Amino acid sequence: MEPKEPAPETEQHETRDDEGHLPSPTLWPLGFAIGIVVLLVGLIINPLVISSIGAAIAIVFGALWAREATAELRRGSVVVEPERRELAPVGEGEVAHAEEQGVSAPQPVPDERFPRSRFLEGTTIGLGALIGGIITVPVAGFAIAPSFLGQKRHEVDLGPITTYPEGDWYIATFMTAPAEGEVSRRTAFVRNNGIFQNEPSFTIISNRCAHLGCPVQANGPSGAILGKPTIDEHTLSGPVSLVPVVPAGFGCPCHGGQYDTEGNRTAGPPVRALDRYTFEIRNGRLILLSTYSVSHVDGTGAQAQIHKYKQAGPGQHVDGPEQWFYPLQPPHN
Amino acid sequence: MAYRRTPTKAQIRRERMEELVTYPVDWLEERSGLVGGIRYFLFRKVPGDVNWMQTLGSAALTAFIVQAITGVILAMYYRPTPTEAYPSIVNITDHLTLGWLVRGMHRWGASVFIILMFLHMGRVFLFGAYKYPRELNWIVGVLILVTGMLEGFTGYLLPWDQTAYWATVVGINLNGTAPFLGPFIAQFLRSGQEIGGDTLTRFYSMHMMLIPGAIIALIGFHLYLVVRLGVTSPPWSPEAAGAEVEEEEPQALRPGLTRPVPRGIAAAQAEPGGSE
Repeated sequence: MEPKEPAPETEQHETRDDEGHLPSPTLWPLGFAIGIVVLLVGLIINPLVISSIGAAIAIVFGALWAREATAELRRGSVVVEPERRELAPVGEGEVAHAEEQGVSAPQPVPDERFPRSRFLEGTTIGLGALIGGIITVPVAGFAIAPSFLGQKRHEVDLGPITTYPEGDWYIATFMTAPAEGEVSRRTAFVRNNGIFQNEPSFTIISNRCAHLGCPVQANGPSGAILGKPTIDEHTLSGPVSLVPVVPAGFGCPCHGGQYDTEGNRTAGPPVRALDRYTFEIRNGRLILLSTYSVSHVDGTGAQAQIHKYKQAGPGQHVDGPEQWFYPLQPPHN
Repeated sequence: MAYRRTPTKAQIRRERMEELVTYPVDWLEERSGLVGGIRYFLFRKVPGDVNWMQTLGSAALTAFIVQAITGVILAMYYRPTPTEAYPSIVNITDHLTLGWLVRGMHRWGASVFIILMFLHMGRVFLFGAYKYPRELNWIVGVLILVTGMLEGFTGYLLPWDQTAYWATVVGINLNGTAPFLGPFIAQFLRSGQEIGGDTLTRFYSMHMMLIPGAIIALIGFHLYLVVRLGVTSPPWSPEAAGAEVEEEEPQALRPGLTRPVPRGIAAAQAEPGGSE
């Protein structure tokens, strides 16, 4: 390609009286404005530190701005190097023709040194994204975070341990959050295993099926048919009801999962044994603390060897190769 | 000058009446272009041999509109709290005038909506209407189906009876068994470790606001693509689908866009890469 001789600029940059004199474009006012903003924000947050930073920014950029704005006055008239550019290749002949005739054709806008439209486009998109982010992040956080953070599990007082005769099963229903009412009512199967190694031993099995979370039922007679009274107590953690039962095992009404009296799966779709409650004897009362998952239980009663795992949701394997599908669990109390 | 009979009184009155109707419409049209827009949207050229199967999409849309309207009305009487949800449902069904009907429309209409979407999907599949250039509309349609089923899942809890409660427990725990992210999805849906009052309000909000908004946006995009790409002619159609150009013109276009793909004898006669 043949390098073209740049067309000499003649008329374009001559100062004309009917044109207002505009200062050259500059970015300094932007920095000045940021400094002012920081100063004002600092007045609210920390007048000493942040406001002084803001003032410093404003002074520096203000000085730079003033320096540039007054450059012409201080230096006298500035000699502007005429801008050189190539003429559009197509219209060359026509322009020449027009110039011959003395007709001033509308000149194409020269490439701006500082493309203002590009700057405005960038700031509009950037500020829009910033505003959008400032709004979206806390709102999305509010939608998601409360499900995972600050989740509290209340301890449940199941009454004095003398209520539970050794070797008998009870269906205990209680409220995990009395303030929320009936919706927090849960069920566990409780058996007093007697004293083992000088400690009272209890088997407390959650009724949440290890398949998909339906309420597991005791397979066997319960309530008045046994000739034993149903115990209704009112403890610190709301109403507690204890229904006597003689289970041969536990069964789920939804999809037919079956468990033995230790909660081991005997039939059906469950992937592990029933969950259990950790407990504590405090002042002679049985206190439920938290739940944990169980893969299986060897032995029975007080001598049972429970294979404990961190609490997992129903249907989630805690052992075997399938456990690798659930490497992370949400925080659990 | 041609002879012109002076209009009778009846004619004058008739003209005035017509003006009375046309004036507001013209006023609206002049300022909004709505009439033209609606005409453009509704009065489209379709192939002459379309059949009833091609109304299934409109039927599904109608079912959705019924769901939206009945849902808004039901929300006027429903209370999404654990203690009040079921009593308010009983109130709607048994005591409020026509409540049984509107709740029934919403309850059965939900199934109708899903069934019509599947039938529409089957029609699109069997007619090959998902092919170029309509693949994107198939994808959008699948997203509508998924969001529609999410509506079903979240709406099922709202009566807050035993079926609703335990079906939702099972549904949430099913989500929980998804590998890796499952436990987190379940806890998000449950709004915590245990199902409770927050689960109900969360499902209500999703059922009422979040998912319908998504469906409406997706349906809008779905219809935009239908309007843009035109109606497909049935596979047996000899006619160009939605042909708005002359028979000579569409040579540049790919077969299937506005003219049928040559099949059978036509395909054998058509020379591959033939000259214009």
